[in-house]
Amino acid sequence: MLIQRFFRFALIGSLAWLSVSAMAQTVKGPDELVKEVSTDVLDSVKADKSIQGGDTQRIFALVDTKVMPHVDFRRMTASAVGRSWRQATPEQQKRLQDEFKILLVRTYSGALAQVKDQTVQLRPFRAAPEDKEVVVRTEVRGRGDPIQLDYRLEKMEDGWKIYDVNVLGVWLVENYRNSFAQEIGTSGIDGLIAKLAERNRAAQAAKR
Amino acid sequence: MSRITNCATSLCALVLLSLLSGCASLGTQAAGGPGQKLDPWESWNRKVFAFNEDLDAAVLKPVSTAYSNVVPQPVRRGVQNFFSNFADAWSGINNLLQVKPANALQDFARFGTNTIFGVLGVIDVASELGLDHQYEDFGKTLQRWSVGPGAYVVWPLLGPSTVRESFALPFDRLFSPALLLNNGRAQFATVGLQLVNTRANLLGVSSMIDDIALDKYIFIRDAYLQRRGSLKLDADVSGADAADDAKSPPPKPPGAASAPTQ
Repeated sequence: MLIQRFFRFALIGSLAWLSVSAMAQTVKGPDELVKEVSTDVLDSVKADKSIQGGDTQRIFALVDTKVMPHVDFRRMTASAVGRSWRQATPEQQKRLQDEFKILLVRTYSGALAQVKDQTVQLRPFRAAPEDKEVVVRTEVRGRGDPIQLDYRLEKMEDGWKIYDVNVLGVWLVENYRNSFAQEIGTSGIDGLIAKLAERNRAAQAAKR
Repeated sequence: MSRITNCATSLCALVLLSLLSGCASLGTQAAGGPGQKLDPWESWNRKVFAFNEDLDAAVLKPVSTAYSNVVPQPVRRGVQNFFSNFADAWSGINNLLQVKPANALQDFARFGTNTIFGVLGVIDVASELGLDHQYEDFGKTLQRWSVGPGAYVVWPLLGPSTVRESFALPFDRLFSPALLLNNGRAQFATVGLQLVNTRANLLGVSSMIDDIALDKYIFIRDAYLQRRGSLKLDADVSGADAADDAKSPPPKPPGAASAPTQ
């Protein structure tokens, strides 16, 4: 009897401990998350000769597995497209996301191919515990001047997600707004999709 | 002699600029994003931009590519450090003008350290010691004292600018190592090297922009305006406090609003 109660107690106790530690993992702070992901990516690049050689396929795979789970790509695309996003059909939204993703990952992979001895450092981070949107500022240090790299994150049910990236003082998604708006103004959402696809194909062809 | 010509050029530029800023108020506001509103002279700017692009493709880019292929990396690094050391001194002055004494001190400490221990700035000793750049220029100083950016302008040869930055440009450009030389040819060579060095640093960035921009003119314009802090973004994050203030509708007691988490 006593032994049974003891076991049940131990079981509940260990379950509680497990769920607490799991929760601790999901509510990881945004700054820790950024630091962890970027260090992880940099380490992978440093360990992989084919990525340093510019193997785009490998870089895409790396970004897909390590970075994309922490990115709210739907919001990224919606924010770049602006108010026309709501008029787009689900099919158009999906195609916009796909093409925009290829475009951005290409940017990112271009930068990753240059990685040699860089490390990532967090800059002082300030946020109230109840904040739902924060900016995490980092700098990439290697040879030469440190490169400023900042992230906007929002709190979702499954943890913090990145929705914009700032390279050297320029918010990337923000920066696409006017180009996107202009393209939609002249040739509609399908025109924008076609333009993005064409841009991606041209860059793909240039690589070969 | 050369100083007189320099002054004359700056004067001409200033007169021209005051004329231009007079036109600024007449510019019609185009519908579109915030970048669009700051660009009333878009059709003219696009022409100058295309001219600059052609010139770059024909001269500056090939020369800079050759420079970065032929000259060994350590030497290029030294050239970069040398010019950057000068920029530190100018930055220090501007930090003073912006009443940021700590940053000014750090810039002057960098300049002093690198000039004395880094062979006139060729070796960046200060960065090794953990003294980082605090880059400021005269455009930022004008901004600090609430001079509005005015319209976006693209200058032949000089590239993206705004009316405000155009006033600052002569001062920022004049402050170069060429200032110390009194031989016209040597001055020309110094400015040339500075130009090639800057362009060579941007080779990677420019090819990336070629890859990812839908409309290169708009991409560069908006990036420039963002960088110079002219675009008011919906979530301005230039200062963490500003972002906090903008986000929280009910006013919180100061100090309680945001607690440092580390």
